[in-house]
Amino acid sequence: MIINHPLLGPRDAQEFTYLGDAELLNRPYWLSETALQQFHEYLYLRDNPAGTHRELWFHEQGDRSWLVVTRDTGTHEIQNVELARDVALARRAARTAGETRG
Amino acid sequence: MHRLQSRTPLGAAAARSDTIGTLTIAEITDVALVSVSARNDQEPALRAALATAVGLDLPEVGQSATADDLSAFWTGPSQWMCAAPYEGGEVLCRQIKHHVGASASVVDQTDAWCRFDVSGAQVFDLFERLTKAPVRSMAPGAACRTGVEHLGVYLWCQSATHWAVIGPRSSAGSLHHALMAAARSIC
Amino acid sequence: MTVAGAPLRNRLTGGLIDRDQTLNFQFDGKTFQGHAGDTLASALMANGVQLMGRSFKYHRPRGLLSAGSEEPNALVELRRDGRQEPNTRATVAELYDGLEAQSQNRWPSLRHDMMAINDRFSTFLTAGFYYKTFMWPKAFWEKLYEPIIRKAAGLGSLTGQDDPDAYDKGFLHCDLLVIGAGPAGLSAALTAGRAGAQVILADEDFRFGGRLLSETQALSDLSGADWTAQVLAELDSLPNVRTMMRTTVFGAYDHGIYGAVERNADHLVAPAAGKPRQTLWRIYSKRAVVAAGAIERPIAFENNDRPGVMLAGAVRAYANRWAATPAASVVVFANNDDAHQTARDLRAKGVAVPAVVDVRPDAPRIDGIEVLAGARIVNTRGRLGLGSVTVQLANGQTREIACGGLAMSGGWNPNLGLTCHQRGRPVWNEDIHAFVPGGNLPAGQYVAGAAAGELSTAAALRSGAAQAIAALADLGMAAAAPELPEAEDAAVAITPFWQVAGEKRAWLDFQNDVTVKDVKLAHQENFTAVEHLKRYTTLGMATDQGKTSNVGALAVMAELTGKSIAQTGTTIFRPPYTPVSMGALAGRAVGQAFHPTRLTPSHTWAEEQGAVFVEVGNWLRAQWFPKPGETHWRQSVDREVTQTRKSVGVCDVTTLGKIDVQGTDAAAFLNMIYANGFAGLPVGKVRYGVMLREDGVAYDDGTAARLAEDHFVVTTTTANAALVYQNMEFVRQCLCPEMDVQLISTTEAWAQYAVAGPNARKLLQKIVDPDYDLSNEAFPFMACGEVTVCGGCPARLFRISFSGELAYEIAVPTRYGDALMRELMDAGQAFDVRPYGTEALGVMRIEKGHAAGNELNGTTSAANLGLGRMLSSKKDYIGHVLSQRPGLAAEDGLRLVGLKPVTPVQSLPAGGHLMAAGGPVDAAHDQGYVTSAAYSPTLGTAIALGFVKRGAERMGEQLRLVNPLERQELLVEIVSSHFVDPEGEKLRA
Repeated sequence: MIINHPLLGPRDAQEFTYLGDAELLNRPYWLSETALQQFHEYLYLRDNPAGTHRELWFHEQGDRSWLVVTRDTGTHEIQNVELARDVALARRAARTAGETRG
Repeated sequence: MHRLQSRTPLGAAAARSDTIGTLTIAEITDVALVSVSARNDQEPALRAALATAVGLDLPEVGQSATADDLSAFWTGPSQWMCAAPYEGGEVLCRQIKHHVGASASVVDQTDAWCRFDVSGAQVFDLFERLTKAPVRSMAPGAACRTGVEHLGVYLWCQSATHWAVIGPRSSAGSLHHALMAAARSIC
Repeated sequence: MTVAGAPLRNRLTGGLIDRDQTLNFQFDGKTFQGHAGDTLASALMANGVQLMGRSFKYHRPRGLLSAGSEEPNALVELRRDGRQEPNTRATVAELYDGLEAQSQNRWPSLRHDMMAINDRFSTFLTAGFYYKTFMWPKAFWEKLYEPIIRKAAGLGSLTGQDDPDAYDKGFLHCDLLVIGAGPAGLSAALTAGRAGAQVILADEDFRFGGRLLSETQALSDLSGADWTAQVLAELDSLPNVRTMMRTTVFGAYDHGIYGAVERNADHLVAPAAGKPRQTLWRIYSKRAVVAAGAIERPIAFENNDRPGVMLAGAVRAYANRWAATPAASVVVFANNDDAHQTARDLRAKGVAVPAVVDVRPDAPRIDGIEVLAGARIVNTRGRLGLGSVTVQLANGQTREIACGGLAMSGGWNPNLGLTCHQRGRPVWNEDIHAFVPGGNLPAGQYVAGAAAGELSTAAALRSGAAQAIAALADLGMAAAAPELPEAEDAAVAITPFWQVAGEKRAWLDFQNDVTVKDVKLAHQENFTAVEHLKRYTTLGMATDQGKTSNVGALAVMAELTGKSIAQTGTTIFRPPYTPVSMGALAGRAVGQAFHPTRLTPSHTWAEEQGAVFVEVGNWLRAQWFPKPGETHWRQSVDREVTQTRKSVGVCDVTTLGKIDVQGTDAAAFLNMIYANGFAGLPVGKVRYGVMLREDGVAYDDGTAARLAEDHFVVTTTTANAALVYQNMEFVRQCLCPEMDVQLISTTEAWAQYAVAGPNARKLLQKIVDPDYDLSNEAFPFMACGEVTVCGGCPARLFRISFSGELAYEIAVPTRYGDALMRELMDAGQAFDVRPYGTEALGVMRIEKGHAAGNELNGTTSAANLGLGRMLSSKKDYIGHVLSQRPGLAAEDGLRLVGLKPVTPVQSLPAGGHLMAAGGPVDAAHDQGYVTSAAYSPTLGTAIALGFVKRGAERMGEQLRLVNPLERQELLVEIVSSHFVDPEGEKLRA
């Protein structure tokens, strides 16, 4: 497969290591009352769709960036590629803007 | 000057050079390498510091830049590898840290890498056997990280017929062997 | 054997062979002659050889069916010894002087094959027979049936000798990959090349031209070969076009990536020194045009598999391109107009054509050749070579016609394998009665010419240009069709006809010996879906992927089920299109070069000492350093341990991962990745740390040294260096992107040596420059700092101990590592310093009770390791929450302990399990297991580390250590894992 790295352009997937569902970016809050349950779901429960999937790839033989790749698991068509750091920062900003800590 | 003698990555006292057909594969051991990573929100300050201190404009993705005998190539987001003639352990590292101060993390990488400069008319045919990087469309000054025989290396185009291959030091023997075998294939 | 200079028996005039180059070759020990341009098949044919193989199951005598890589019958072993390759198609083996070939699948010879007995038992060897036989008695399977089947099964043989040749890998990038250099491919390549696109044109053959080389029709006023040469000359003059002959594009992979094999030296006796035999190319194409042509299909009738029965298009290819005929007299059997051309071409070359048998009542006439319309072939004679065919005429009468060859044609199938490699499904086309590529092609792939169902030469030329234009337009490049020559543009005239009804066997799949009877059996047993039909009968599962058999068989099934062929559908294909050698797939990564070798800075020095090395991942590490006179490794290892604990030893520990961590949030970052706290670590100190996985299991341990407020060096185990680095980047970029921290590996940048033993400080004081105070007060246990050595070389010193002795680790830039080791050995002579390797390192850490990879085995928690108190409750870190799960934190869980045999022994079985001193030995009574064991020269017995339930509370208790696999059982006592210096006095000296 070819992954269109946002900075480097198209690169062979062989240069990358695959981790899994990008939900791994949403690490639960450790002091939450239901932390144990949340971490269990975070780590072990997956939707595993036949279709569009957001997933994490590590550019090991490239610039060592983590990427969030939106890929169709049935056709392998890759619809979007973002720097994971940007995605993570955006989620943080959204969460901080929208939430009130309880 | 301290009394420890240095060894090349291939384990010899002096750098070696091999010629196969019209290709030359020359071991380069007198270039210091220093990794520079901008700290959070400090990239503008880092760029300014180096531009001011030594006239070096840090390059964009996939490129390199040179000011006098100091070069830098892009290695990752807000990260570059600087190269200059070797003047002793950690010398370049301290110089650069002095220039950039708190705007970046600076780490000596000189002895983490080995370097083989490949030159000759057939360099593209050579790299076709070794790497998936699109070398034929890379212009002088371009630099990228890619794989060669399971090793992560930097390819740095010095000119159309002169390329630097920078690989992990401990695997210098394997990298050199791969370059030589590919050269024999095509020459 | 022929008289020198005399023409070969079945050689014709003309052809694209070079009669000035005569080549000698051997087949089954006999010597023959051929010419440059011949294949092994055409040369054998010209010499009058018809019998070339024995079929897979029934061992029926077989000859050539085709003239291309779809050949199912003429599989031979080429070459000898380490270069021998089985199952090579004689039809694509380019002839060279000195070629040696052997037939396969027969014993003792091709003419007299004992295994032909199988043919007599064919009634019992029908499809699926192995599901129904060899079942009883059960015991007979392993002892009798399987060995017999194993001997009888398979095609070809391997010599078991090393392949002496080198194989390259390569990577190419292009705008347009054109697969196939027949009329469609040449037209496409010319169009795209003139437009300035980066083009690669590849063909599996050793000449470009495809079908143009085998047909007699002109392209304007040029022969097919001459027009091809003209186009090729122009293509080779364009710097943006790369032509690749002898190159099979074997697979269409995701996103325009294609796999191809270039046969660099298969047409030579051996590759020149240093040159590869084959090259495996990974081609990155933006767009691709599949111009792979079409493959003819046979007709099924009784005994349609005899040597001499061939495909009609192939017969005229042999006549026109290779100037060879299978026999002096050839009958044609067809359901279409195209096959009639074979009759005309043979007659033109002086070969007798007694009749053209055409199943169509309205078959057209041919000047000078009898056409039997509405007739069919019902049988053939001639076991080792065709002698005659039996024709049933339209009026029902039969006629036997003597002939040595039969050219049959059931029509042409577009060669669409590559369009299916990503599960594209072909669709049935009623106009040409064949499957054509369907809707979902691989991304960026276009199909042109016969492969797309455009079967005339003119259509192929037009189609190639049109597809190239469309492909380039997609890339934003403008292109124009070249002026194309005038070429034949015959419409397809065919009446579908799949089998001649009969009682005896009629072949569909020649390579796997599948007949119409087998399809009927499959239907009878309800395996009617094409995918079931395939697996039940093994049709299409041979090395030819059913190229000449798939469609014929599913058509028979369609007739049986009463469905249309469109409804029946077809199986598809997966890569590789034709077999790819393992050597090509391996490339240069064989033998020593299988993976890169990583050498430590002291490697050369260690070699000089005669060290024995061990592979640790890609690293070579010294395992022990035998002294002259030592014959057994225990002598060396025991001595290294004893000497280190007595005075001082030096060990190269460069291989452990070192990661430089800097930034204003460096300490906070370490707090996140380690279970224990690092924020408060003072500058100039080192701390041992444990890393957990997010599920709470311990996965790596090491140290972090604080060189400055914002600067740490983290160490990891050798095995996990890359993984820890990757995980740290995950935390940095994905989980804590707001933290200001930067990472880089420095594993390779520093040569690092452990200096351990009571005299370690004294030795280092001779190396470290006098500016630095190494006294216990100034540089206590767990201190670290930047120093200089040997008159000013920058270095780092860490006072940490894996051995339990007074110990340091000294690091210098790698280029000085060799020199530093020599200095340490030199300066250490006064203390009788000895180098020690990984074995002694392992013994000492077991004696000290340090956990290592064996204990961090992926199932054990910090609590199991006795490190539960290290887990901070005050901060978030990876693994914090899930490490508190009851299963991982249980009070009565496994705990790391030491195990000492009650009676001293030389060795203990690591992996052995622990049972109570009395009672049953089974899983239900399992108390724990041994993780590490070694002979301890310090204690004079083997000792072990292991996990025992509630181990900390059971000190002194005796257990049985059992190893049922080798019937071992002995009593051990649970002791502290810190066998040596439990109070740590030596560490802090």
